[in-house]
Amino acid sequence: MATLDTVDELRIGVFVCDCGLNIAGALDCGAVTEYAETLPDVVCAVRNKYTCADPGQNEIKDAVREHKLNRVVVASCTPRQHEPTFRQCVLDAGLNPYLMEMANLREHCSWVHPGDWEGATAKAKDLVASAVARARFLQEQEELAVPVTRRALVIGGGIAGIEAALELADQGHEVTLVEKQASIGGIMAQLDKTYPTMDCSI
Amino acid sequence: MGLSSRRAVYIPFPQAVPCSYILNMDDCLGINPIACGKCAEVCEKDAINYDDQGEVVTRDVGAIIVATGLDVYDPTEMDEYGYTRFENVITSMEFERLICAGGPTDGHFVRPSDQERPKRIGFIQCVGSRNPKIGRPYCSNICCMNTIKDTLLLADHYPDTQNSVFYQDIRASGKSFEDMFQRSKEAGTRYIRGLPGDIDEDPKTRHLIVTVENTTSGKLERHELDMVVLSVGVQPSADRDKLASMLTLSKTSDGFFMESHPKLKPVDAPTRGVYFAGFCESPKDIKDSVCQAGAASSRAGALLNAGEIKIEAITSVIDGEACSKCGLCAKVCPYGAITWQKGEVAAVVEAACAGCGACGATCTFGAITMRHFTDDQLIAQVRAILAEKPEDKVFGFACNWCSYAGGDMAGISRIQYPSTNRVIRTMCSARVSEEMVLEAFRCGAPVVLVSGCHYADCHYIDANRQTVKRVQKLWNKLEKAGVRPERLQLEWISAAEGQKFAKVMRQMEELRQTVTADEIAHAREALKPKPKKKPKTKEKEETAPTAS
Ligand code: SF4
Ligand code: SF4
Ligand code: SF4
Repeated sequence: MATLDTVDELRIGVFVCDCGLNIAGALDCGAVTEYAETLPDVVCAVRNKYTCADPGQNEIKDAVREHKLNRVVVASCTPRQHEPTFRQCVLDAGLNPYLMEMANLREHCSWVHPGDWEGATAKAKDLVASAVARARFLQEQEELAVPVTRRALVIGGGIAGIEAALELADQGHEVTLVEKQASIGGIMAQLDKTYPTMDCSI
Repeated sequence: MGLSSRRAVYIPFPQAVPCSYILNMDDCLGINPIACGKCAEVCEKDAINYDDQGEVVTRDVGAIIVATGLDVYDPTEMDEYGYTRFENVITSMEFERLICAGGPTDGHFVRPSDQERPKRIGFIQCVGSRNPKIGRPYCSNICCMNTIKDTLLLADHYPDTQNSVFYQDIRASGKSFEDMFQRSKEAGTRYIRGLPGDIDEDPKTRHLIVTVENTTSGKLERHELDMVVLSVGVQPSADRDKLASMLTLSKTSDGFFMESHPKLKPVDAPTRGVYFAGFCESPKDIKDSVCQAGAASSRAGALLNAGEIKIEAITSVIDGEACSKCGLCAKVCPYGAITWQKGEVAAVVEAACAGCGACGATCTFGAITMRHFTDDQLIAQVRAILAEKPEDKVFGFACNWCSYAGGDMAGISRIQYPSTNRVIRTMCSARVSEEMVLEAFRCGAPVVLVSGCHYADCHYIDANRQTVKRVQKLWNKLEKAGVRPERLQLEWISAAEGQKFAKVMRQMEELRQTVTADEIAHAREALKPKPKKKPKTKEKEETAPTAS
């Protein structure tokens, strides 16, 4: 992985996603892209139709190489959805995954301000500016790996709990099933016949 | 269920697992004061232990599947149906016992008042479901099909019964469900669209008189029936609350556990390593519970097979040289992840740190760096957003797990609110330091919102209590500086509360409009950092960062 020791200037790439019409239908993605280009240390701004799809991710990877980017800002959806996707994408391009930042133009903007083109566009610009400002301070990070105890706990011995416990046991894991009643079986065991097959419940 | 009596020593039901007798100590006479002890005398294996006590068992586990299931709705409060007044009004769960070969009547279907077989049976749907008036707005998912099944069972066992079903919609959308519905109709079941207004009893015959507005014909109808079955709704098990705070899980307004993402991560809890199976997550039938259990165990299995988990690099780092040994950070850490002793510098145990940032916001000596959520990064965001026309903007901080996710939920649900707001994300609301809020006002923010999880939902145990303390301190500070304290707002918004997120944004916008240009200008001046002996790193002017 290229480390940052060798570079001494910030080179930020901004990728503005249309998400089909999910974003582009409610705000001016073109204007947001143009605006991004004017922000400090931004060396390229690209508008994609679907940034998370392969062509979109390839555009990021190509731009990282071509423009020697050392920070990436993806202005698309919520980081709670695609942060792992784009972290992996920049990692594939040779950057530390923590050098990627997202601006949430979909859940926090286009989807909640339809019919307010101006307002949504202005907000999107600010969200991008904020992400770029943050990106300028991003640093490489290494994740700590901690061991996971190979044992599972299933809380509740109804049909769902029993099934989950058996499945895990079939995978070879030790499972503890806890049930507050004297018998497992839960509500299902109290039923006579069950739909749709009309067979008995136990 | 009170349909028959049970001895003090019993097997819960014939197919119970483990299939062993249990002693109900509330009913047992025990061996004191007057010795009974009969069961101990006859048990050759000496398996009876009157003094058996609960014990606490400790297990170290790497994954948890929550499958706490459901409780059945008790229809007592819906007195119009007379569940407690009329013996022949029963619930669908009691129906199961009455028709079951292993039940109190050996499967002979009789009505409670006279042990006679009822010939005219009515089913009332949606009892405790889809009824916002009693605070139960959701569809329980299983009751329509359960009633259809019951009518088919009755038609099969007793072809001469006349079944009537009172309903508002029949929801039969699963595989082969519509087919069952049609079979039920072919078997002679009458489906009457309309939920009865009330039930009366003929005191002599003990028959029930059901009054209903048939919404198909628009007529008021009276039906005389021998027995009425209330098709009761279901709700997540009451035990879930304790579990929710133990595992830091959030719930929807209906009380179901909130998944990580409604479509893409339907079995993952937001807490890593915790997964949901069955009814506790949303109303579902047996098949769907089995499906979700399979999914949950495969998700858990993947984690266990990997054998290790990467901790997101958002943990706290303490600079021993800058640390003034005050120990404040160790006090606020909900995980006890900071070791500190009087007169010594504090240190973080990285594997125990969850990255909430409470310590980072508490340390006033600039000794703590929150990896990936540094002061520099967050302050830079504040400044960037408020660089131009700050007076038009509602500025806010939102925590990743609840409020920011609540904003996402508003988006997913397409709930609209004014576009003036600008929200930046921190992992926990406790990460928001005094300096960050003050910086926003210095940049000209008319209003500032700090938002986090509801108390019991805090993803970092109770880190949000630090948020409250800090905001209260800030309110005092603002007041002293002659800045209207309500310009700083604190709100709790859960991941499920898209509606609330939107409402808060609307209220913030209304508040913003009350803030005058003079007030903004005053705050800019009044909150300027006073020169101190120990300069804080945050106060240095925007330094151009370098890449290395
Ligand atoms: S990255 Fe997000 S916003 Fe863009 S196409 Fe994919 S889902 Fe849509
Ligand atoms: S709060 Fe800061 S100065 Fe005080 S002990 Fe912790 S790191 Fe050191
Ligand atoms: S307070 Fe939060 S961020 Fe600080 S050490 Fe404890 S868990 Fe980590």
